[in-house]
Formats: sequence, C-alpha cells, structure tokens
Amino acid sequence: MAGIDDVAKALERVPGGGIILTSIDAIADWSRGYSLWMMPMGTACCAMELIAASFSKFDFDRHGSIPRPDPRHTDVMVVAGTITHKMAPSVKRLWEQMPDPKWCIAMGNCAISGGIFYYDTYSVVRGVDEFLPVDVYIAGCPPRPEALQDAILRLREKVRAESVSPGRARTIESILPLPSDAPRGSGGDAE
Amino acid sequence: MTEPRDTAVAPETPVPVVDDNGHLIVNIGPSHPSTHGVCRVLVELDGEIVVKAEPIIGHLHRGIEKMAENRTYLQVVPLTDRLDYVGSMYANWAYCRAVERLAGIRVPERAEYIRVIVCELQRIASHMMAIGPAGADTGATSAFMYTFWQREMVVDLFEALCGARLTYNYVRPGGVASDLPDGWIERCRAFIAQHPAAMLEIDRFLFGNVIFRARTKGIGVLDAADAVAWGATGPVARGSGMSWDLRRDDPYSVYPRFDFDVPVGSRGDAYDRARVRVYEAVESCRIIGQALDGLAEFKPGDIMAEAMPRLLAPPPGDAYDHIESARGSLGVYLVSDGSVRPYRMKVRSPAFCNLALLPLLAEGHTLSDLVVILGSLDPVFGEVDR
Amino acid sequence: MNLNELREHLCATYPDLCPLFSVEFGDGVMQVASSGLHSAAADMKALGFDMLGMVTAVDFGEDFELIYRLRSREMRVGMIVRTRVPRGNPSVASVTDLWPAANWHEREVYDLFGITFEGHPDLRRILLPDDWVGHPLRKDYEDPGVIRRPDYL
Repeated sequence: MAGIDDVAKALERVPGGGIILTSIDAIADWSRGYSLWMMPMGTACCAMELIAASFSKFDFDRHGSIPRPDPRHTDVMVVAGTITHKMAPSVKRLWEQMPDPKWCIAMGNCAISGGIFYYDTYSVVRGVDEFLPVDVYIAGCPPRPEALQDAILRLREKVRAESVSPGRARTIESILPLPSDAPRGSGGDAE
Repeated sequence: MTEPRDTAVAPETPVPVVDDNGHLIVNIGPSHPSTHGVCRVLVELDGEIVVKAEPIIGHLHRGIEKMAENRTYLQVVPLTDRLDYVGSMYANWAYCRAVERLAGIRVPERAEYIRVIVCELQRIASHMMAIGPAGADTGATSAFMYTFWQREMVVDLFEALCGARLTYNYVRPGGVASDLPDGWIERCRAFIAQHPAAMLEIDRFLFGNVIFRARTKGIGVLDAADAVAWGATGPVARGSGMSWDLRRDDPYSVYPRFDFDVPVGSRGDAYDRARVRVYEAVESCRIIGQALDGLAEFKPGDIMAEAMPRLLAPPPGDAYDHIESARGSLGVYLVSDGSVRPYRMKVRSPAFCNLALLPLLAEGHTLSDLVVILGSLDPVFGEVDR
Repeated sequence: MNLNELREHLCATYPDLCPLFSVEFGDGVMQVASSGLHSAAADMKALGFDMLGMVTAVDFGEDFELIYRLRSREMRVGMIVRTRVPRGNPSVASVTDLWPAANWHEREVYDLFGITFEGHPDLRRILLPDDWVGHPLRKDYEDPGVIRRPDYL
C-alpha cells in the first residue's frame, strides 16, 4: 500500500487535505479489515484448529480471511504452534516476505510463551513475540476455532483504528533480532 | 564435540542451486502447504524427475523426552498429547501402558473397553486427516471437506467426553479420566451408524475419480520386503501387502474379544495406502459397535485401578509397550530408577520410521508426485520430531 | 517358534549368550558386549528377526546403554538387545547394513547422545540444527537457555 502512503503525504500539504484523508482512511481500513488474508504458519497442534477454522462447520472465508500459503499474498501471519530454534529463522524470513501493512496473531500458548514447553526444554523459543511484533494473542492449548474467529474480529477493530497517513512504521528494521543467533549449550564431559 | 561435516547444501540456502551434474536442487519447506507440517525436503531434480529427495526433520523437535525426565509420571501424560496431535489418545494410551507395565497396575475392564472405543474413534479422526489431504494433494479439495466433517463429529464426541477438542489427556495411568457422560453412547452409536455410508461415498467419489486414480496409482511403490527392512508399520506397510497389525498379531488390551478384519493393499502405491485407511475406518466402526455392546456388562464408574497412589513411583527397571496407532506401531520405552520421575522416556514413533522411506519412494518420480508420496506416508511432525 | 523354543535354540547355537538371555515383559532380552553387537545382531537377523523397531540409548553416568528392539513377524516375538558403551569412547558398530531402518534411528542417537556408529553411511545431526553444540539427552547437558522447572510445580 505504498501508493496510498505517497498520496497521503501529498494530500496533507493541500489545504483541507486532512478531511479527504479521513475518507481515504475509512476506505483503506474498511478494505484492509475485511480481507485479512492469513498466512497459516501452522507448526503443531494449533495448526489442526487453524485448518478446522477454514473448513466445514466454521468456515472462515465468510470473514474474508482466506488462508494463503504464499507470504506475498497475505496480510496477517497466524503463528499456530510451537516455534523451535530450528524453525525460527524460517518464520522470520516468511514474515519479512509479507508486504506491509502486516499483522501477526500468536495462536496458542506455545506461540505466546512456549506454553507447556516453557520449562526444561532446550529447543523451544519461548513465545513468538521474541522476534515478531504480535498484535493479538489467543490463549488456549489449543484455542478453539471460535477463539481464532474472535482474534480476527479484534484485529479488524485494530486495523480500523489505523490511519494511512503516518504509515505503519513496521519495517524489517523494527523486527527484533532472533533470540539465539549463537550456538548454545555446553556439551557434557566428552569435550 | 561436533565433528565438522560436509553438508550437501548449506542449511540456510533455500534458493535453487545447480550442482555439478547439472541437477537443480530445490528446497521445499519447512513452511509449505504440501509438506503436511514443518518438514523440509531437499530435492535434487533432473528436469522434472526426482533424483534424490532428502527430508530434513527436526523443525518441531521440542525435547519432550528430556522434559519427561523432570516431571512426575502423571505430569508426562499431557506431554504425550502433543506428540501425535492428530491422534492424541494413542500416545496417551501407549505411555499409560508402559507405566502400567512398569508399576504392575491392573486396569479395570470397563476402562479397557472405553480405551478401545476412544482409540478407534481416534483412528477414524486421524485417518480422515490422511484421506482428505491425499485428495487435496492431487487437487480434489472437496474430499477434504467431506472427511473433515466426519472428523468434526468425532472431535465433538471427544469434547463431550473430556472437554478438549484436540489434546485430551483422557487415558491416564490406571484407567481413564472420567466415565462416559450421559447420552454419549447413543451419540457414538449414531456416529458409527452413518460413518460407513460416508466412507462408501468417499470411496466412490474420491477413489473412483479418474484424476485421483491417475495421480496416485503406481506412484511411490513400496514393496513388502522394503517395508519390512525399513521398519514401516501401519497403513504404509499394509498398503504394500504386509499384513501386520498389532491389534491382531500381538494382541493387547481387550482386542482379542472383537471380530475385525485387517485390510491389506496389494500394489503398495499411494492409492493403496490411502484406500487401506478408508477400510480401516470402517473396521474401526465394527470394533466400536462391539465394544459399546460389551460395555454394558461392567459396572459404571469402575474406570480407575484400585489403590492408585497419588504419586506413582514404580520400582527400578524398564518397560516397553506398544499399540497400533493410526500411523503404525507406537511404542514407549520407560526406564525407572525408583523415583517419582521417569529416568528416561523414549517414544518409538511410527511416523518417524515411515518418513524415512521418502527418499526410497520418491526416486524416479516427478516433483508433483513427491507431494503425493509425502502425503500418502501421512507424517505428523509432532511425532516425527518429538 | 515361541520364546522358550527360541531360548533353547539360542543356547544350543551360542552357548556364551545363554546366561544373558532372559524374558521380561513378553520380550526376550539379551545383553551383549559392544564389540559383539554387530555379530549378535546379524545372528538375530538370521534367526528371523526381520524388523528393527527402535534404537535408543540411556545415560547411566559411567556408560551409555544402547537398546535395540527387534521383532520377528514369523515367531511373533520381540527381542531387546542391550549393550553398554563407555562414556569416554561412545562408539559402536552400525547395523544399517542389516536393517536400513537403523539409519535414522542411529542418527537420532548420535544427535541426542553423541554416540558414534561406525560404518553408518551418513552420520550427522537429524533433529537439532547442524551447528548445535552438545547432546541434550545426556544427563550432564547444561544449557543456559533452559529454565529448570521448580520442584513445587
């Protein structure tokens, strides 16, 4: 939506441009909010509920949320499942491939904090917000599809409160570094 | 400590590269809709023909076996839910059987019947997640809708039973968590009454589909000798004509009391592997029906072994037990040092062994068939990576 | 052939293995020295144990115990072959030439325990990233990133 941002900057200098901008905001936010295409970053158990959400019985397409596996088609990344240190670089890379503006939903306890895999484990990233800016958290292990539905509706409220004019200051630079770029662990006595 | 090694392709280079033979190296995954989870496959292509396919697993390795060493025996049960998240009941049961063997616990018969019922329902739910995507891999997405509807019915039954849709924590050491709620048996009977007809419909419109047949017949042929040598079990092995089912060949629990058949394929291709699952789901309905009939003989509420201690501390030793899960023989090996926590837990994962067949099966097929073959192995990466 | 017949057969054929053969939880259990593992495994395969179910290890401090679970479809019995390798030099012969299934199992044991399998065609990490340091299922593995679970939970 870089085009809209350029128009916004130009319009702001015009006398009375702010009034036009609010209308553009309304149109842009309306269209963004009702077509939040999902990037299903499903790794573990929550991915089953993510699939269930888009299938018979729950039918997410009616909210305009269509799962698209290609990051370049999508607006919101739904991180559903445990993210391990081996997986995290791929998640970050996919997030970087999504066009702005983009949002992130952390679905399930593993994506929020590591959940049941918080203690004692050596390979799990404790929460996807260690390296992605998360907009909506859904608790549950796994959350029900209705909870994901609620998250999409909440995210829509958030999208509708945004304005095109300042632009969404969410670029690759704003993404935090990965928690562990260096090899970890000590090894044991055979070293 | 780790010795330097040569890797064929550096781990973080997903861009296509051409090797010395002029073969294109393509990276699929770890986030790809057709890998059925977080699997990464490095494929070496000669034109469109797969020369070598190497699965790279471990993207969901959560260290469950290490975590189990710092939890009490009962606290490990929720971890086993997350192993095979399409079939949580199986991992619960396999773990509980190992604990019961280790501690010498005798499970009441009513609990065994309930375990059989829920695990056969789970087999149906899990096979629905294998048959539907097998269609979706070849472009027949509507079959997924039909099978998913059947799965949702099972999930609703489980929700009525234990409150969770996916991670049940229902089978516990010594028995099951709760008795069947009121009206559950009737709902279950209603489900198994309509399920064979739904499977017949799937059999007609997916397995009779010309495109599906053309895409799966003769694809990824696994002969029975290879299935044995590579340790394949479950529908993958049975699709190849290897008649091996732990429920019949190494009977556990109350399975000897039930009359059921073990469907076996003949050609060992992706078509047979998918179709065996359809017939297994119908056989599961037969078992559930017999188990529901048999349940009436036992006193309601007798679902937990007598004198179960609050904190299990089995005597030192080890135990291995296995059950036939929807993916094959799922075993749990436990070592106890006499304390309240397992000294070591090892999960023998059928999906792990079956996935190791991918390089063998995919060789010589086209890249699009690789997707069909991977789907027909039905890996669940929570269980592959643990 | 059931377990008792198998035992008689084993005792007749391999007298040195006989005292180490026992039956626990329905499976035959056999303890072999790590140097004799491969020949014992080959014998087992010749006897009809055609499936290798799993290979795993347990860390017992001074040494590691390797556990191979074999299965015979014809006799319908299982067999657990155990062997101990010293912690200082954890190495044993690979059985991938007998059962190709051992390939990934041995890679997993190498990854999580650091036990090397001589003769393995492709011994490298399988579950953890290639640049990981250490072998996490060893009891003395320490990682600053691990948060230990408090005992009161």
